[in-house]
Amino acid sequence: MPLSAPAPSPDIVVHAARLSYGGDLLFDHLDARFAGGRCTCLLGPSGVGKSSLLRLIAGLAPKGAGGEVVGSDCAPIAGRVAWMGQTEPLMPWLSARGNVAIGPRLRGEGRYDAARRRADELLARVGLAGRERDRPATLSGGMRQRVALARTLFEDRPFVLMDEPFSALDAITRFALQEEASRHLAGRTVLLVTHDPLEALRLGHVVYVMAGRPAALGPPIAPPGNPPRDLADPQLLSLQGDLLDRLAHAATDVPWAA
Amino acid sequence: MIALRALVTFAGLTVVWQAMVQVAGLPHYLLPAPTRVAATMVARWDILWHNAQITMIEIALGLVLGVLFGASCALTLAASRHARRWLMPVLITSQAMPTFALAPLLVLWFGYGLGSKIVMAVIIIFFTVASSFYDGLRRTEPGWLDLARTMSATPMRILWLVRVPAALPSLATGVRVAAVYAPVGAIIGEWVGASRGLGYLMLQSNARMQIDLLFAALILLAGFSMALYALVDVLLRRLISWAPDRMPDDD
Repeated sequence: MPLSAPAPSPDIVVHAARLSYGGDLLFDHLDARFAGGRCTCLLGPSGVGKSSLLRLIAGLAPKGAGGEVVGSDCAPIAGRVAWMGQTEPLMPWLSARGNVAIGPRLRGEGRYDAARRRADELLARVGLAGRERDRPATLSGGMRQRVALARTLFEDRPFVLMDEPFSALDAITRFALQEEASRHLAGRTVLLVTHDPLEALRLGHVVYVMAGRPAALGPPIAPPGNPPRDLADPQLLSLQGDLLDRLAHAATDVPWAA
Repeated sequence: MIALRALVTFAGLTVVWQAMVQVAGLPHYLLPAPTRVAATMVARWDILWHNAQITMIEIALGLVLGVLFGASCALTLAASRHARRWLMPVLITSQAMPTFALAPLLVLWFGYGLGSKIVMAVIIIFFTVASSFYDGLRRTEPGWLDLARTMSATPMRILWLVRVPAALPSLATGVRVAAVYAPVGAIIGEWVGASRGLGYLMLQSNARMQIDLLFAALILLAGFSMALYALVDVLLRRLISWAPDRMPDDD
């Protein structure tokens, strides 16, 4: 089994997406195209609907959501997604290995031996060799996210959707994990929701700011160079200032916050 | 350490009890002294042990069946929306009735033997098991459910592989409570109609003013109940070793 996506991953095409939450229209007629094989970061003030958009793309949207989400290969996205959520990523009753290889069990596929071997390989790849049998409670926050990353790699999907996966980590661990995630997920179509402009600038080929109600995506920002980018780059820091400015505007210019 | 503290407490209480009886000169048919109870326990051990065995079997079977029945109820409720709509009112109604009032009926239906006591215990404990397990099944961490859904898991697989394991600590809470209440069920069953068992023995000795025998039976029952709780507790801790199990002020 190849560990990297064999064919170039398709774009994610969102057409006329619409979602209301508690009577409020979060977004409506939202069109977007996220480039295949690249990492797109979605920034925005909290509550703007960026996580909801991500859930919609993953096929997790609640009833009342509308619109069309397909790959540029015309096949639906749902079912071809690896998901990395915001909350505690691991199931505490399973070992690290069990967590990585949960997919085949949930789908009812057999061949657990092969799955276990591959899970161990991937754990070694994220630097957790020897910890295969450990339960999540005995791992640090950073290690748990590494296990989640190994699980994402195990799923081996063309699309990877991440909802602030590093937000709970301390700065140094976050930095290391951004680097690793970026390296391991290269070549897949990654959509990363974050509230940290620096994270977006480090990891995204393209960065969008989502704002307004109903929300829309701002113009794409493409930082120079390839991710993961060096944080010491002065250009990156000036872009960060720019982004923070835009985010501040996005948070104050919206009618409901006035 | 806990066992030692408990021992000290009980020893203290026993001394107070003995002193009270001797100082007040209470007649043994009102409150027998601990020494007298101990003597009775030794002298009448054969009859006590014989009846205790019956009660223990009732309690153990009632606990096992009650937990199984309660857990199945919770699983049915969690698995099907129809079950939630139709079964929930029935469950609530079953608990609105005073279970003690059912005891005579149960004896009528299930006889003087083990059956009626086991059913009584099951009725008393299944609801705590069902409601705590069901609570746990409803409160699965949403992130795990999201993950399972993006992995194209069927609802049944999500139930068995994610929601059930995640709800095991809640089930354990229900089972611990059940272990405490199962003896109550068995004893009530025996009070209403039985020819054997510790409850029966207590009623008989009470009627014959053999209060020392009543106390001996009571102490035996309490001992067994505590041992049962301790056993269940240890088993559950072993089984669900991954769940956090610590109070903030423990060291």
